[in-house]
Amino acid sequence: MELKHKTPMLDQLETGPWPSFVSDLKREAESRKTNPNGIDFQCPAEMPEDLLGVVELSYEHGRTHWKHGGIVGVFGYGGGVIGRYCDQPEMFPAVAHFHTLRINQPSSKFYTTEYLEQLMDLCERRGSGITNMHGSTGDIVFLGSHTPQLEEIFWELTHNINQDLGGSGGNLRTPSCCLSGARCEFACIDTQHICHTFTNEYQDELHRPAFPYKFKFKFDGCPNCCVASLARSDLAFIGTWRDDIRIDQEAVKAYVGGELKPNAGAHKDRDWGAFDIQKEVIDLCPTECMGWDGSKLSIDTKNCTRCMHCINTMPRALRVGQDTGVSLLCGAKAPILDGAQMGSLLVPFIKCEDPYDELKEIIEGLWDWWMEEGKNRERIGELMKRQGFQRALEAIGLKAVPQHVKEPRSNPYVFWKEEEVPGGWKRDINEFRKYHQR
Amino acid sequence: MDEEAAKTLIVETLKKKKGKTKFYLKDFYKWLPDEKNRAVKNLVNKMVREEILEYWSSGSTTLIGLKGVGKQAAAEEGDDD
Ligand code: SF4
Ligand code: SF4
Repeated sequence: MELKHKTPMLDQLETGPWPSFVSDLKREAESRKTNPNGIDFQCPAEMPEDLLGVVELSYEHGRTHWKHGGIVGVFGYGGGVIGRYCDQPEMFPAVAHFHTLRINQPSSKFYTTEYLEQLMDLCERRGSGITNMHGSTGDIVFLGSHTPQLEEIFWELTHNINQDLGGSGGNLRTPSCCLSGARCEFACIDTQHICHTFTNEYQDELHRPAFPYKFKFKFDGCPNCCVASLARSDLAFIGTWRDDIRIDQEAVKAYVGGELKPNAGAHKDRDWGAFDIQKEVIDLCPTECMGWDGSKLSIDTKNCTRCMHCINTMPRALRVGQDTGVSLLCGAKAPILDGAQMGSLLVPFIKCEDPYDELKEIIEGLWDWWMEEGKNRERIGELMKRQGFQRALEAIGLKAVPQHVKEPRSNPYVFWKEEEVPGGWKRDINEFRKYHQR
Repeated sequence: MDEEAAKTLIVETLKKKKGKTKFYLKDFYKWLPDEKNRAVKNLVNKMVREEILEYWSSGSTTLIGLKGVGKQAAAEEGDDD
């Protein structure tokens, strides 16, 4: 089918072996042009066509033709909608406005077909018909809608589909979580429950921006970190345990004997030879806390860092412990103002049970500190670096423990605070004069 | 400071600013140094609901200004999402 704009450069992107967004856009362009289902489009049907046109022009010029930012939004919300405008509106009138909507995804991204159809119907009718499933924070993203449609979409979302907008700007971003107990035997916590609970608890922080910059929560059920909370969230909740790894010695022998496939058969496409428990498990334990005497596997729990390697390799023989909770890591971020950073271990272990009161205290302590001390556009991880990790610990009223120490100190100065010094800064001058002349 | 006086101060301060029309929430804290930050935040939200102020967002950062004042659409340099 002949489309509105010629796109020779984009067409090249369709020639590779992988699925192409260009083909997807063309398909949507054709479907909106012919409109076989008779949809009552509230935004121009040509949006995908003009989008292809403006992207082609950007490739030609080697520069973007989008301007982003604006006051578009739904009433009372300071986030969830990101204004985008095309700087060539005469050439591409259908995408003169091309606002993005971030929609809070269901926990762990479980959908029913009916729900997906409702979403797609809404996006097709009141938007461009183009989605991004999902944005990197996890949101369902509707790409491209016009200003008058925003309130309409919001109304339908909240009233018909029972779904809310997600976060953007200087607020709490849409929390996200791994599959956890719904599909995964490694889960140490119910990530869906805590994710949903905190999304509801912190509605104000999600919708009414009051932070210096963005703030992300992510919940992983175990240290395998499937939603990469460690690297991608300002506060990572990572499921863990503090008792022993449960060992089924018979199953260990079955792995050694070859009856059970290591890594649940994930590497069976190639012949790697017989499973060697010494080489593949014991020697790879990062803290060398495992032993194998030929018939019995042992683990020194005190020295186990919960790296998951042994459990991932022999899931039928080893299981996470039963006294479970979370480790909290703070300050991960992508490189924008400062370099990229992984989260730092803030709380080694804390129970993670409804109603999560202790966790809320920690979160709110961190927020109070950051809102008070953080500069505009400074992530909490950057504040932590600027003022020191100690300040983060003080913000949540925690004493430093060995797990917080990254390396021996290199700064020889010790700055005492008044409350740390017996008697404070004031002294009894008469007592002093007894020993020292003027 | 009572709420009406604080609102007036915010509006007057914003009107006096030359050139710039959108500000960080932290700037509002500075204009009302005797109020708790949380109270200023809540007041700003209220003024947004009352359509005196409005949020402006680049997607990554949020600024606040008087409703209808200044350019609507302009991204800041170096913003991501
Ligand atoms: S993070 Fe752990 S619990 Fe969650 S899905 Fe991944 S392996 Fe399972
Ligand atoms: S989880 Fe990691 S650190 Fe712990 S025993 Fe297994 S391999 Fe070693």
